[in-house]
Amino acid sequence: MTAALRAPEAPVPDLDQPPRRPRADPAEVAEVAGAAVAAGAGVFALFHVAGWNAPFGFAVCWYLLFAVIYRVILHQTYGEVEAKDRMATMLIFSGAVIALLPLLVIIWLVLQRGLTTALTGFPHFLTHDLRGIQPNDPVSKAGMKHAIVGTIEQVGMATIVTVPIGVGTALYLNEIGGRLAATVRLIVDAMSGVPSIIAGLFVYIFWVQPRNTEGFSGFAASMAIGILMLPTITRTAEEVLRIVASSLREAALALGAPEWRMICLVVVPTARAGLVTASILGVARAVGETAPVLLTAFGSRATNWNPFHGPQADLPLQVYQLARSPLNNNVKEAWAGAAVLIAIVLTLFTLARILSAGGSGRKRRGRAGSSPAGHQTLITAGAARGPSITATSSPPDSVTHLLNPPPTEDT
Amino acid sequence: MTSVLDRGAPPAPQDDRPIELHRARTGPDRVFRGLLLACSSVVLAIIGGITLYLFLRSRQAWHYQGLRFFTSDNWQPQSRPAFYGVLGMLSGSVIIAVEALVLALPVALATGLAINEYAPLRLRKAMTALVDLLAALPSLVYGLWGVFFVQPHINGLTRWLAAHASFIPIFRNDTGLFGSSLFICGVVVAVMILPIIASVSREIMAQVPREQCEAAVALGGTRWGMVTDVILPFARNGIVGGALLGLGRAMGETIAVTLIISASNRLTSHILETGGGSIASVIAVEFTQGGDLQKSALVLAGLTLFVTTLVVNLGARSVVNRSGGDR
Repeated sequence: MTAALRAPEAPVPDLDQPPRRPRADPAEVAEVAGAAVAAGAGVFALFHVAGWNAPFGFAVCWYLLFAVIYRVILHQTYGEVEAKDRMATMLIFSGAVIALLPLLVIIWLVLQRGLTTALTGFPHFLTHDLRGIQPNDPVSKAGMKHAIVGTIEQVGMATIVTVPIGVGTALYLNEIGGRLAATVRLIVDAMSGVPSIIAGLFVYIFWVQPRNTEGFSGFAASMAIGILMLPTITRTAEEVLRIVASSLREAALALGAPEWRMICLVVVPTARAGLVTASILGVARAVGETAPVLLTAFGSRATNWNPFHGPQADLPLQVYQLARSPLNNNVKEAWAGAAVLIAIVLTLFTLARILSAGGSGRKRRGRAGSSPAGHQTLITAGAARGPSITATSSPPDSVTHLLNPPPTEDT
Repeated sequence: MTSVLDRGAPPAPQDDRPIELHRARTGPDRVFRGLLLACSSVVLAIIGGITLYLFLRSRQAWHYQGLRFFTSDNWQPQSRPAFYGVLGMLSGSVIIAVEALVLALPVALATGLAINEYAPLRLRKAMTALVDLLAALPSLVYGLWGVFFVQPHINGLTRWLAAHASFIPIFRNDTGLFGSSLFICGVVVAVMILPIIASVSREIMAQVPREQCEAAVALGGTRWGMVTDVILPFARNGIVGGALLGLGRAMGETIAVTLIISASNRLTSHILETGGGSIASVIAVEFTQGGDLQKSALVLAGLTLFVTTLVVNLGARSVVNRSGGDR
């Protein structure tokens, strides 16, 4: 009777040793590899006999044949039920690979075609503009200074205006709420779906066209960029503010702080790292926007330091204009500009992730404010760590600085 | 003895209404609240402004063209008299968006499932970061990739499709020209909307109650069985919402489409042929040209796009809000 219940030859684990990470089962690896090789050979033979020469088609046919062969192998080895499960695992993993492959291809492509041009005679590319460059001039004479200046000015102006408004809106939605909050939240969601060309078109009608020839300016572009940044910042900031432990707010109010002090001195500092991350993500999106700038700043080949007067270039816009040109040199300059653009976006993105991860150096699972240690640190002064962008709870901040004047001896 | 809570006689037992508590709002509090309210009103003002200005500027074209603007696919700004019909561009936008969705949805679902259920713990953060990076790349870069990498390499596939699948009407190619087509746009835009769908689906799928998932496995199910029987039904609304969000984004995509399709006035629904355009790409290319009437027609087309993406996005939002499975 006990024989039926005994587990088949499972090795008894040695409880003094840490559990070993499961190694890949050689049988499974052999199945995958065998199917892959067989499919590769088959497709290779097919293409060779038929005389086709198409790398992309080869890959697609190879994958399809591999899936069929693998499925048959699985069915023979494991039976139908488990075969479906393993097949699904393979398909899901290959789906994830297909999703992430273009990312690597794109970054590799841009860097491969643009980095050498951008780096020759460094920092020539960053300190010269396209003024006076003739179509036949060598690429080494070109530069993107005018575009970089334009991007910095336009995105900078947009950021200065949008971040306070976005954070203010997020604070309103989260802290104050009310009947208007539901409407505002709906509108913010709607705004995040506005196509970038429509934002540019709106600023064009609203600002550029009434001023006829004087209309195109970096300032108009910054308005359009701001329209696109605002919903991103607002939504991310709202999520970040939601993570702040409500026990902090309640403690502040219980200690007698008025609402505005509670928000400004407790909630916002606690969420500071997250809010900075939200702003950086908004900026990263704004830096890459082309369509709104196309209609409002119009672009130029010379450096225009004044964003309020006259057409101004912008990094993605300049790359776009160069890429549409039939001249080879222009296309090379476009790749170089794209390389600079990708470098900027990657830097901002990495910065945002570092800030969001470093901000919650001690991540805790579970609901915010429910950890017993949290109540302890409410009394003692503790360094605040902001919440991470991937929502987990954060250690509460000290609220003792709300007490004004400082506590007397008998408290 | 009076206490702070003393409010007179306690309510009679049958008087069951809740006590209304009002906080006295001090001056600084009211100012601060007003400030935050002003910030929120900016959002309302912007959306209202966009709608108003688009509406006002497009009236000229509406008076000129009338309902035929929405029912004709003829876009001839140069002919005398000029004729403006948005249906061709609108169908171009829809075709690109639908094709992108068809290509992106399975891959995005697979990615979301891989991150949530299948990937080892150490890889999850990295994969999430990569998906976010996909979303952060500028659309200009996708456009460059589409023109200079996808277009030459996909030539074999498009020719094969036109040769063997032309019984399906949209795959017919009567012109023999294969570059700069809606098909390539669809492929590139699919990669662009993939991270949106993947992120939304992943977040919704992560909210499945783990007890139900574990119960499915405990009853003897496989991991794939757990996914199909517990996670996907629960997350169905969220996935549909994510797909609609991606659809809205795909319809509004401008720069990648403009770079690939470039300047082509020929609007066609044969996706493998050269030509075709979306509303956004036509606006981007033509807004410098033409006089007031053409600009007004472009604005009317933009208003159409704006309203369509608004409807799709709000629909997506309401569908996602209804998600959460059966309780």
